[in-house]
This record gives sequence, structure tokens and C-alpha cells, in this order.
Amino acid sequence: MKLSKKEVEHVALLARLALSEEEKERFRAQLSSVLEYADIINRLDTEKVAPTYHVLPIQNVERPDKEHETLPLEETLQNAPQRDGNYFRVPRII
Amino acid sequence: MDNYEAVIGLEVHVELHTKTKAFCSCPNEFGKEPNTNVCPICLGLPGVLPVINEALLEYAVKAGLALNCEIAAFSKFDRKNYYYPDLPKNYQISQYDLPLCRNGYLDIEVNGATRRVGITRVHMEEDAGKLVHGEGGADYSLVDLNRAGVPLLEIVSEPDIRTPEEAKAYLEKLKSILSYIDVSDCKMEEGSLRCDANISVRPAGTGILNPKTEIKNMNSFRAVQRALEAEIKRQCAVWAAGGTVESETRAWDENKGTTVPMRSKEEASDYRYFPDPDLVPIVISPDRVSRIKSELPELPDARARRFTSEYGLSAYDAGVLTASRALADFYEACARNYRDPKLVSNWVTGEFLRLVNARNLEIRDVKLTPAHLVEMLELIDKGTISGKIAKTVFEEMFDTGKRAEDIIKEKGLVQISDEGELSRIVEEVVTANPGVVADYRNGKEKAFAFLVGQVMKATRGKANPQLVNRLLKERI
Repeated sequence: MKLSKKEVEHVALLARLALSEEEKERFRAQLSSVLEYADIINRLDTEKVAPTYHVLPIQNVERPDKEHETLPLEETLQNAPQRDGNYFRVPRII
Repeated sequence: MDNYEAVIGLEVHVELHTKTKAFCSCPNEFGKEPNTNVCPICLGLPGVLPVINEALLEYAVKAGLALNCEIAAFSKFDRKNYYYPDLPKNYQISQYDLPLCRNGYLDIEVNGATRRVGITRVHMEEDAGKLVHGEGGADYSLVDLNRAGVPLLEIVSEPDIRTPEEAKAYLEKLKSILSYIDVSDCKMEEGSLRCDANISVRPAGTGILNPKTEIKNMNSFRAVQRALEAEIKRQCAVWAAGGTVESETRAWDENKGTTVPMRSKEEASDYRYFPDPDLVPIVISPDRVSRIKSELPELPDARARRFTSEYGLSAYDAGVLTASRALADFYEACARNYRDPKLVSNWVTGEFLRLVNARNLEIRDVKLTPAHLVEMLELIDKGTISGKIAKTVFEEMFDTGKRAEDIIKEKGLVQISDEGELSRIVEEVVTANPGVVADYRNGKEKAFAFLVGQVMKATRGKANPQLVNRLLKERI
């Protein structure tokens, strides 16, 4: 399956990636070959194979509803590019 | 508009009041200082491992059972991918194709008729943080992640709802059930219950499905009802004018009393759901389901039926009393200890609820106890106070938490049953109103009530009414 340039741009937007024209072409080819390989796998008969929802043979890992320490405010905000008092500050979105 | 019918489905999010968050051990509390109830897991820092809170699973199964759902033997979590500053991981942990609960229903009563509304699914997910937008023209927003990772249930109804009134009844019943099983506070004002609505209209009886709109930003049950009324009007007008309703997201504007366009609905595939590799599948044994089922309390519908049969109440009164578990508990604690459960119902659905609403209280914060109400009713039976004075006593008990007996003593409200004293007052009234007495003797029944009223007035309502009646009749 060959991807169109438009599809590459859509995927890039969803991932918040800004791609140059040259990159769009390069990733179009690379992503297309990934999808082509998936097409090959898709041809296998999986009628009698149970879906794999998880790769580990583990189920039902739960924790008790008990409080633990929270992170000190200074540590929480230490990597924030911008802060405002107790808050993370980000570009306005509405 | 009369020849159109609406097709409505509701999507409700409720915050569960577990002690800790869904996938980390941060406290799940409302109203803390910003960004103080957070840890590396709910901040989405690299290298952390979320683990499900067992209480979340238990609450979700409980809710599913209370809503008559099938509980999936096998369930899993998925990542819903989108970018927004209140979502630190850039994905929300949710459930996509294998939700925990499916195919349930609840029954609503509207205009005396019962209707069943299907519940498509109930799934578990995490809440996002909270954004505070800068004042006026500020070019920034502030992020508080205390709410990020708080456990939510998303409850999706079938498009079985036909009127705004039914939508409100559905929400009230849902709130009632979730409060009974004690999994959420269900406070729309605090955001612990949120509702979006999908709605389309069609010519009545055709069964076709027209494009629907999704309505957001409704902050009360009343707002949901009003928004749906406005949206039905709008859509009908579009079709009637030969236009086509666009499938879109709209916001309810309380001030304008109308819905306004928001943004075009993103395609579901844009969320790129995939199984969350950090969380292992959930397999719930039939034993666990039956254990949780056995722990469910008596639910509102069942309790209302019992109230009608056990206490002889009308279906309406039983419905009012059982809508809230706290109210039903209060009523039942009184009814069990008093000879006349219907009289108790009159007081609880009447004066009690009137004062709860007037004082804007939660039932659990009311100072009056069931024992105090029973004591007061017994004082009426004994003739210590009249039914009329009891209303004053009741209000005082309600506001202060004092016992009826103490209030009666303090305020001198004991009923006057002393024949000598009342005869003297009757004599005064009769002497002062010769014209009215003459009217009565000439067959005017109303004149008698006036004279009783005068005696009551003279005693400030404390006269024993039966005694006044007898003495007056004897005198004239």
C-alpha cells in the first residue's frame, strides 16, 4: 500500500511533527514499506488464532486503594519551560 | 415541531470517589492547591508504570451490575491519543473495543409511564487535568494536574430517549443509582458528573436516522433539559426550511438560551486507539462478580416498591422518598418507630424537604434526627402540642437540632387543654362578636370557623382545636 503525500502530512500533524518537503518524501517511502510488510502479514490465515492483546502472560495486576507520598511542588515544576505560581504555564489554546 | 420526534443518547462521565487515583497512589481529592496531588505516573514522566487501583475495578463492576449490564469476563485498557495541555501523556488511558460492562438499562418514570432506556456500555478511564485560561487577552493558559488520573466511568446510553424531560429523568435516575451504591458524589456543579448529548430529529414515526449534533457545556440537569429543548427547535427549523442539519459539536450557551457551533467532530480513527502495553488485561471471575453483586444495597426502584407495600405509600411519595438514599434512610428510621408511616411520609416529603431546599442543605448535614421527629409526632398524639404548633416546633428542631420537648418548654408552646381557661376565652370571643354568633345560629357554617379562628388567635395557636370546637358548640 502506497501512502499519499497528504496522508503523510496528516500523520505528521497528528504527531505534531513539522516535516520538510524532502522529509515528507523520505517518510512516505519508509512508511509505505512498513505498511506493505503489514499487508504480507495480513495474508496469513489467523482464523483459529486468538488475538494477542498483551505480549506478557500476566493478568489482573491490581494495587490496593492506599495513598502514597506525592511529589514535592518544586520537583513537579522543575522541568516546566514556564511556570506561574503553582501552575504550569502553556500557550493559550482557546 | 409537532410532527417531528427527537432521538437522544446521553454520554455521562462520573468521577469515582476512590481514595486514590486510577493508576497511581496520589490522593483523589477535590480542591487541593494546584499541582500538589501529583506524582511521576500521573505527570506522565518517562519510565513509570501505571497499575490499576482495585477499588476502581470494584466500583466499575458495582456500577455495571446496578445498571443491569453484562460484565465482560475479559477486558483491557487502550490509549486514546490526542494533544491537549491538560493531558500530560498525550494519551488518555481508556477502554475502546472491550469495555468492562455492556448491554444494560435503567427504567425512568415520565408522566406516570415507565420507559426503559438501554445502556450501551460502561467503561473505565482516567480524567484529564484542569486548565485555567488567562484573564482577558492573556496569551497563556495555566495547567493544574491534580485531576489528571482521577478515575472516571463513561456511561453511554442507547439513543432511546425521545424528549428533554426523559433525558432529565434518565440523569436523575442514574445519579440516584450511583449515589445508592456509593461510588460517586455525582455533583454536576463540582464536575463529578458531566453530560454530553447526541441528538437528531426526524419526522415522527419514520424510524430514519438523520445527522446528529453533539451538545456540550451543560452544567446542570436543568441545563441539559433546556439545551435539548433549544436544539430540537433549531433542528426542526432547519429541516422545515428545506435545509440539512450538519453533523457537528455544539456548545450550550446559557445566556443566549441556544446552542452554538464548537468545532467539527474529529474522526474516531484520529485517536489511534491501541491496547496500552503498560496495563495487563483484566479477567473477572464469575465468583468475583457474584461477590460484588451480593454486596449491592437495595436499589431505588426496589426500595420504592417495598415502601408502597410495606408502608402503604403512594407510588409518587415512595419515588420522592427513595430518590436519595439518605432521604430514604431518614424516612425509614422514623417510619419503623412510629404508628403511622403515612403521616411520617407527609412530614418528610413536606416540611422536611421544604426546609432542606430552603436552607440549601445536603440531607446528611441536617441536624434533626429521626428519633426527634418521632418524639414530636408522639407529642402531637398526646395532645401536648397541636398539629399547627408542630410546624413551628419542627422548623426550630430542624434548624437547631434541639428536642421538641425542650423547644416547647422554652417557647411556652404547650397546647392549652385546660377547659376552664379555654371556656373563659370562648366566652370573650362570643361576647365580642354577637353578629357572627347570630349568623351561625341562622345557619351560616362559615361563621363558626371564624369564631374558632378568633379563639386560636387569642391563644396564639396554642388552644386544643377539638376542645375549642366542643366548647364553642356548647356555648352557642
